[in-house]
Amino acid sequence: MRIEEHPILKFKRGKKIKFKFEGKTMEGYEGETVAAALHANGILVLGESLEKHRPRGFYCAIGNCSSCLMEVDGIPNVKTCVTKLEEGMEVNKQKGKGELK
Amino acid sequence: MINTDIAIVGGGPAGLCAAISAAESGAKVTLIERNDELGGQLVKQTHMFFGSEKQYASTRGIDISDILLEKLEGHKENVTIMKNTTVLGRYEDGVITGMIDENKYLKFNPEALIVATGATEKFLGFPNNDLPGIYGAGAVQTLMNVYGVKPGDKVLMVGAGNIGLIVSYQLMQAGVKVEAIIDAAPNIGGYLVHASKIRRMGVPIYTGHTVKEAIGSDHLEKAVIWQLDDKWQPIEGSEKEYDVDVMCVSVGLSPLNELLVMAGCEMEYVPELSGNVPLRNEDYETTVENIFVAGDSCGVEEASSAMVEGYLAGLTAAAKIGKIHPQYEEKKADYIKQLDDLRSGPVGKHIRSGIDKIVRR
Repeated sequence: MRIEEHPILKFKRGKKIKFKFEGKTMEGYEGETVAAALHANGILVLGESLEKHRPRGFYCAIGNCSSCLMEVDGIPNVKTCVTKLEEGMEVNKQKGKGELK
Repeated sequence: MINTDIAIVGGGPAGLCAAISAAESGAKVTLIERNDELGGQLVKQTHMFFGSEKQYASTRGIDISDILLEKLEGHKENVTIMKNTTVLGRYEDGVITGMIDENKYLKFNPEALIVATGATEKFLGFPNNDLPGIYGAGAVQTLMNVYGVKPGDKVLMVGAGNIGLIVSYQLMQAGVKVEAIIDAAPNIGGYLVHASKIRRMGVPIYTGHTVKEAIGSDHLEKAVIWQLDDKWQPIEGSEKEYDVDVMCVSVGLSPLNELLVMAGCEMEYVPELSGNVPLRNEDYETTVENIFVAGDSCGVEEASSAMVEGYLAGLTAAAKIGKIHPQYEEKKADYIKQLDDLRSGPVGKHIRSGIDKIVRR
């Protein structure tokens, strides 16, 4: 799913890093967002709706619509479309509204 | 408490130009941006701009962002940049609260405020419109042009305005197949030069068509479209089905300006400007004294006019607090002329009529 050749753009990807999605190890690049890394790994469903539990993916990808909220390193309601991926991050689908700890 | 002459919220084209212009007038500026990069949506615009010579027509959006950042760097003694900082509220005493890095609260006490918070993508109602795989056109641009990730293999583009046409072309540049472009309106909304280029590459454009439904279990698998009659009612039996894993929704933007509403600025719903917008005077000052506005947050247009509005609001906001640029009148007249030019002709007709509804002289 990654673009390797492009007529206009050169993608300067950062260091390859590992993270976990639902316990499964995946690879992404430093400098990209969690949602972009998941998409490149073929993960389209990032969570579920609160009432009817319908699948949710991102919609706006710039931090406006809240469709991409996930649990990242134990913190709920993280906007994964604008949160940069970090080495060793643990990313999980969120159930419910999340709890304040 | 962070004291500053002018706080600018939003580091996109309007906010950057407002910062450059206010700093050039001698004001101390704090530019507040919620992301970790400045440039707003310019960073994903790989196409060449078609606005005006002065605002870098024929230069790609991604390069315009760099040009503006360099100009801003030239005024760094007057500019403080705060990234990863989200403005949360504005109080009656003029204090602004914000949060940096999602965990630390800050207060700002500016003499004047310029809101340049941009716009957000509109959505379209149809069954299963919430399936993953249905994305805003801007989201698709971000994914492929900023991060180099393909949104999917086959796309249905909804909306034949300039954004829909340009993003379709960019999808093809990224090696993604665009099955069709549809638009509910009877005519193509974008420039015909873009539409012809896409048609020559074999992509059909169906005007007078809309989405009937999306089909898929946990993500988009098929999209069904149907034709609309001259009263915009769907015609039974006109359905076409596409095997697509991506639907790109490009049906316009709405101004983002909750901060202005919260501050008590008088607002009005103006369809020509795509939503709720603040009443303002010719200096881009709202009905709350010392709160100024620029860019899509006061009416959706495009980046070229957002930049000029930013320059103008930066100039007038600085003057309002006593930092008057030596060539104030000359510069102001030039910015007003540039805006008039960008909005001239048939293309700018609805923008002009929208602006007539909100400008208080």
